Amino acid sequence: MNPPAVPPEQHPAPPVVGLAHVGLSYGATRALDDVTLDIPAGMMIGLIGPDGVGKSSLLSLIAGAHVVQEGRVEVLGGDIADQEHRRRTCPRIAYMPQGLGKNLYPTLSVFENVDFFGRLFGQDQEERQRRIADLLEATGLAPFPDRPAGKLSGGMKQKVGLCCALIHDPDLLILDEPTTGVDPLSRRQFWQLIDTIRRDRPGMSVMVATAYMEEAQGFDWLVAMDAGRVLATGTPAELMERTGTPNLDAAFIALLPEDKRRGHKEVVIPPRAEGAGADIAIEAEHLTMRFGDFVAVDNVSFRIPRGEIFGFLGSNGCGKTTTMKMLTGLLPASEGIARLFGREVDPNDIEVRRRVGYMSQAFSLYTELTVRQNLDLHARLFRLAPESIPARIAEMAERFGLEDIMETLPDALPLGIRQRLSLAVAMIHAPDILILDEPTSGVDPVARDAFWQILSDLSRKDSVTIFVSTHFMNEAELCDRISLMHAGRVLVSDTPAAIVEQRAAHSLEEAFIAYLEEAISERAGATPAAAPVAASPAATSPAAVVPAAAAVPPVAMPAATEPPAAPRRFDARRMFAYTRREALELRRDPIRATLALLGTVILMFVVGYGINMDVDNLSFAVLDRDDTTLSQDYVQQIAGSRYFIEKAPIVDYADMDRRMRDGELALAIEIPPGFGRDVARGNKTVEIGAWIDGAMPSRAETVRGYVQGMHSAWLTQKARELYGNAATVGDFQIALRYRYNPSVQSLVAIVPAMLPLLLMMIPAMLAVLSVVREKELGSITNFYVTPVTRFEFLVGKQLPYVALAMLNFAMLVAFAVFIFRVPFTGSLLALSLAALLYVFAATALGLLLSSFMNSQIAAIFGTALLTLIPAVNYSGMIDPVTSLQGAGAFVGQIYPATYFMTIARGTFSKGLGFAELAGSFFPLLLAGPVLLGLGIALLKKQAS
Amino acid sequence: MRLANIFQLGVKELRGLARDPMLLVLIVYSFTVSIYTASSATPETLNRAAIAIVDEDQSPVSSRIISAFYPPYFSVPKLISPSEMDRRMDAGLDTFALDIPPNFQRDLLAGRSPTIQLNVDATRMSQAFSGGGYVQSIVSDEVSEFLNRYRGASTVPVDLALRARFNQQLSKGWFGSITNVISSITMLSIILTGAALIREREHGTIEHLLVMPVRPTEIMLSKIWSMGLVVLVASALSLTFIVQWALNVPINGSVTLFLVGTALQLFATTSMGIFLATMAGTMPQFGLLLMLVLLPLQVLSGGSTPRESMPQIIQDIMLAAPNTHFVMLAQSILFRGAGIDVVWPQFLALIAIGGVLFFLALRRFRRFLR
Repeated sequence: MNPPAVPPEQHPAPPVVGLAHVGLSYGATRALDDVTLDIPAGMMIGLIGPDGVGKSSLLSLIAGAHVVQEGRVEVLGGDIADQEHRRRTCPRIAYMPQGLGKNLYPTLSVFENVDFFGRLFGQDQEERQRRIADLLEATGLAPFPDRPAGKLSGGMKQKVGLCCALIHDPDLLILDEPTTGVDPLSRRQFWQLIDTIRRDRPGMSVMVATAYMEEAQGFDWLVAMDAGRVLATGTPAELMERTGTPNLDAAFIALLPEDKRRGHKEVVIPPRAEGAGADIAIEAEHLTMRFGDFVAVDNVSFRIPRGEIFGFLGSNGCGKTTTMKMLTGLLPASEGIARLFGREVDPNDIEVRRRVGYMSQAFSLYTELTVRQNLDLHARLFRLAPESIPARIAEMAERFGLEDIMETLPDALPLGIRQRLSLAVAMIHAPDILILDEPTSGVDPVARDAFWQILSDLSRKDSVTIFVSTHFMNEAELCDRISLMHAGRVLVSDTPAAIVEQRAAHSLEEAFIAYLEEAISERAGATPAAAPVAASPAATSPAAVVPAAAAVPPVAMPAATEPPAAPRRFDARRMFAYTRREALELRRDPIRATLALLGTVILMFVVGYGINMDVDNLSFAVLDRDDTTLSQDYVQQIAGSRYFIEKAPIVDYADMDRRMRDGELALAIEIPPGFGRDVARGNKTVEIGAWIDGAMPSRAETVRGYVQGMHSAWLTQKARELYGNAATVGDFQIALRYRYNPSVQSLVAIVPAMLPLLLMMIPAMLAVLSVVREKELGSITNFYVTPVTRFEFLVGKQLPYVALAMLNFAMLVAFAVFIFRVPFTGSLLALSLAALLYVFAATALGLLLSSFMNSQIAAIFGTALLTLIPAVNYSGMIDPVTSLQGAGAFVGQIYPATYFMTIARGTFSKGLGFAELAGSFFPLLLAGPVLLGLGIALLKKQAS
Repeated sequence: MRLANIFQLGVKELRGLARDPMLLVLIVYSFTVSIYTASSATPETLNRAAIAIVDEDQSPVSSRIISAFYPPYFSVPKLISPSEMDRRMDAGLDTFALDIPPNFQRDLLAGRSPTIQLNVDATRMSQAFSGGGYVQSIVSDEVSEFLNRYRGASTVPVDLALRARFNQQLSKGWFGSITNVISSITMLSIILTGAALIREREHGTIEHLLVMPVRPTEIMLSKIWSMGLVVLVASALSLTFIVQWALNVPINGSVTLFLVGTALQLFATTSMGIFLATMAGTMPQFGLLLMLVLLPLQVLSGGSTPRESMPQIIQDIMLAAPNTHFVMLAQSILFRGAGIDVVWPQFLALIAIGGVLFFLALRRFRRFLR
C-alpha cells in the first residue's frame, strides 16, 4: 500500500528524505518491504506503529547506520548509499538510536559524553566548551556535568543523548523512541525541549519513532507502519478523519489490514465480584532495599487481595523491578517483610516459587529453544507430571493462540506473539499469582488489547492475582488498583479513577505528573542534590520548564542557513576523541588496567621460575646381574652425578616394567652377567642396556645426552686404567662454551622470551574487546553515523592500548633486570623501539580480529587461540623457528613475535644494537601497518 | 536437588550451543586444525639444528666430523671462517658453532690432547640444552672410530645400548599432540562455562531461572555436565581421528580410562570456569583473568617442560592445579599403558581438586545470583 502523494503546493521545500522501493531483510526476516515515501522538510515527523514493524530499520537506513539493501534512499538531496554523499552529509544528520542511553558511554560523565561527540565532529575546544555549556543549560543538565552517564535516570540519559545529537547543529534530527520507558514528567520536558529547539532552528527536520500515540498526536505529519510497510501518511487530524476515529490509537487499529484487526475488540474487564478474594495474596510491609548508600526502594507497603489486578506505575529505575524481585524472593529485602499467601517470602523456599508465575522485562524466553521446547522445559522445571505435560502444552497453545507457531524460534516471532508466549510460559504451571514486569512495552495495540483480555479472564475467571508493572497510562487505567511509584517511594495507591479525582485532573497522566511534581519539590526542599531530577531547576514546576528552555541564548542554535562544509578526510581531533574516550574508560575501570599490568608481571614471575630446561633429580635404578666391583663402579659413575638419584635396585624384568610404567623411573640400567670378567679380558664386546622413559620426549632427550656423556667419560677413564698411557693417544677435549648465558641458566634464556608472549596476548585481548564490546553494547552506532573514518576509529582506539602496553613493557623489563637479575647487555633504545613497533602490531592484530568478531565470547576465545598458541609454539620461544616444519614454520615466519623474540634475546643476552638487528626490525616495521590496513579494510562503516 | 531439572537445564545449554555457529567453529578448530598443526610443526628436540663448522684443520678427521652432521637432526653444516662465527651467532643464524683448530689431527695422534671448541647459543632454550651433549657425543664417536681404525682396539669394549621406552623415536609430536589436546580441553571448558555464564547475566537470563523452582546447585551442575559432555565428545573424537589417525600416534593404553580421567578433569575445569566468571564482572575482565589462568596451567603443568626441573615451590603449588594431575595420568595411560592400579592417585587428586573448586564456585555463584 503506497501512501497518497503529498500535494506539492502544500510542501514547497523539496523533501528531506525520499525513499523509493526500499527493502531490508535480516536473514529470513523481512524488516522493510517496498517502502516508497517522501518526507517533507522542516517538520516534526512521527513514525508510529508497534515494535518490530520496521520503524527502527527505516530510521537507521536514513541515518546511514545501516547498509541500503534494496531501493533508493535519498537524504538531504543525495543518495545515502553513495559513500561520498554520505561522508559529506553525515555532519548534517544526527541520530539517536533506540534504548535509553544506548549510544552513551556509561562510565563517562555527562560532559565527557557530549564532549566526545563534539570532537567527533571536529570542533575545537573553544567551540565545544561554548556549545556544551549552552546545551547543558538548555536541557537542565548544567548542575551535573560530572555525573557518569550510567548513573543517570532514564529521562536524563535521553537528555544527554539529545545534547550529543544536537552538538553539531544537524539539519535532520532522527530520534528512535526517545521517550520509551521515561516517566511522564521527563517525557513532557523532553518534548518541550524539542519544541524550543525547533523554534530556534525552524529549518531543522525531526523524525521521531514513538510507541506513545498521545505523543504522536502533537506531531506535524505521521507515517503509520505495520509489518515493514507504510499503512498511511498524513497529519494526525487527517488520519483520524480518514478512519473516523476519535483518537490515534483507534485510528491505527482501523488502518491495520483486515486480518489483523479481526477479532479485535475493546478490552472490557468486568468488575470484581463483591466480596471476592477476601484473603490477601500479596502483602508488603515496609519493604526497603538499599544498595550501599543508594535506597532503591523506600518503605513500600501494600496488600493485594486474591484475584485483583494490581498495577505498578512508574518510570525506568524508580524501583518497580526491585520491588518485584523482593516479592519473588529474588532479592532479600534490606528491611521489611514480603508475604505471599500469608507466608513470608524465603529465597530458599522452592515451594513458593511454584505458586508464582513471573514474566520479567529483560527476558522471558530462551531464544535458542522453539516455542514448544520453551513450554516443555518450563513445564518440566515446575515438575508437572510428565504424562500431563503434552496435554497442558496443548491447552496453553490453544488458550494463547500459539498453535501455528509451536516449532518456531521466538526470535522469528513478532513481539506481540512473543509476549503472549512469555505469558504462556509463566502460566504453564497454573500459578496463583502472576507477576508481570512491563509485559507489553512495544507491543502493537491490537496485541496489547488481546493480552489484557487474557489477563482479565485469568483474574476474573481463574482468580489469579496479577501484579503488573507498566509505564503506559492506558494500561494502568485497566487495573483494579494502581500504585504510583517514583524514586523508590510509593506516592499513592488507589483505584485509577480515585487518583484522577483526588488531583482533579483530566487524565491519569496529568494526575501522575502532579504527584511527581509534588514529590520532587518536597525532596528538592529537603536535600537539594539527592535526586538528579529533583535538583534540576527546570524541573521544579511545569511552568518553569518552558521559560528555562526558552531562555537559551539563540547563539546556541543558529538557524541552518548554509550547510556546513564537508568534513576533512583525516582529522586528528576525531581520532583523538576515540583515544581520549578509551583512555577515560580504562581509567574508570581500574580492575582492567590493573589486571593487565600486574597480571603480566605475575605471569612472568611464575613462568620465568617455572620453565626450566635443566633437568636434574632424575630417578634411576639398576638391574645388576653381574654385581662385581666393576659393575658397581659403573653405577657409581651415574649415581654420583647431580642429575640422577638412585632408587632401590631392580629385581627382574617384571619389576623394571612395572616401575617404568608407574613413571617412577626415568632411566633403568641393566648390566649383563659376566660384565666385569668380559671387560677385563677385552676380547668380547659387552653391552650395557639402558632404557629411558620416552613418554616425555624432551626429558628423554636430556637423559640420553647425560647417559651417553657419562658412559664415554667412564670408558676413557677405564681405558686409561687398563691400558695405561697408550690410551691417551687420541685423547682430545671438547671445550663447550655456552655463549650469551655462560652459567646456562634457564632464567636468562626464558625471561627475555616472555616479553613477546606477554606483550602479544594482553594488548591484543584488550584491543579486540574494545571494539567488539561497542558492537555488542550498541555504541558502535556512533562510529557509523559520525564523520569519523575507519582509520581514525581504529587508530584512535589503538593508541591508549599501545601506551598501556608500553608501560607494561617498562615494568616487565625492570622486573627482569632488577628482580630476576637477568643481565641486560645490549641497546635498551633498540629494544624499546622494537617493543613499540611490536605492541603496535599486537594491538593491530586485535583490531583485525575485532573486524569479524561480533560477540565478546568468540572474541576472547579467538584471541586466546590466535595469540597464545603461535606465540608459545611457533615463535622460537622453545624451538627455533628454523627447525619448525609445515604450517607451523610458515606461521613462525610471518608472526611478529618471532622477530621481537630475536630482538629481545639479542638485546638482553647478546649485547646487540640496531645495526646487528636490522634484519628483524624490518618485518616488525611492516607488521603493524599491514595488520592495521587489513583491519581497516575489513571493518564496516555501516551495519549490514 | 532433582536430577530431572539438571538434565533439562543441561539440554537447554546444549541446544543453545548448537545455535551458536561461531562457537561451534572455534570448538572444531581447536580440536582439529589447531592440534594437527601444532603437533606436526613441533620438531624433535634436534630437528634441523643449525650448525656451522670452522674447519681450520682440513684433515681426514675434520672432514669425518663434518660429514657426521646431516639432516634431519642437523642442518647441513655451514662451513665458515673464524671471523664469520661471531656475527652469525649474534644474528641467531646458528645454534651451534664447532671450531676445529689447526693441526687437530696431528696433535691428536701425537697425544697432545688438542681442544675442539663448541659454541652453543644458550638463549636457544631446548636445542641448546639437549643438543650440546649430542654434538659432543657425535664428535667423540667420530674421533674414536677414526682412532680405532688407525691404531686398533685399545679401548674398553663396552657398548651402551640405549633404548627409549614407550616412544622409541622420542618423537615429540606424539606427546605434543596430547599436550595440545589437554590445552584445548582446559581452554574450552573454562570458556564455555565461564563466558556463557557472564553472557547469561548480561542478557538477564540467569535471573529468569531464579524465579523457577530450581536451585543454584542444579543450575551449576547442568552447565557442568552439558559443557563437559561437549568437550569430552570433542576430545574423544580428536583423540581417535586427529591424534591416532591423522597424526599416526600409537596409543598404548586404554582410551576409555583416559576419557574417564578427562571427565574428572572437566569437572574441575568447568567448575573453575564458573568460579572465574563469578570473580570477573565484565567480559574484558574475564578475558584477562582467563589469560592469567590459562598460561600457567599450560606451561607449568608438566606438559611443556618436565616438572622435575621446576623449583620445588612451583612443583608444590602446581599440585593444586588439575592440569598437573591430568598431564601425569595422560602420560601414564596413553604412553606407558598404565592401568587404574597405577593412576588412581591422580584420579583421586582430580576428584579432590574438582570437589573443592565446585564448592568454592557454588558458594560464589550463590552470591553472584543475588
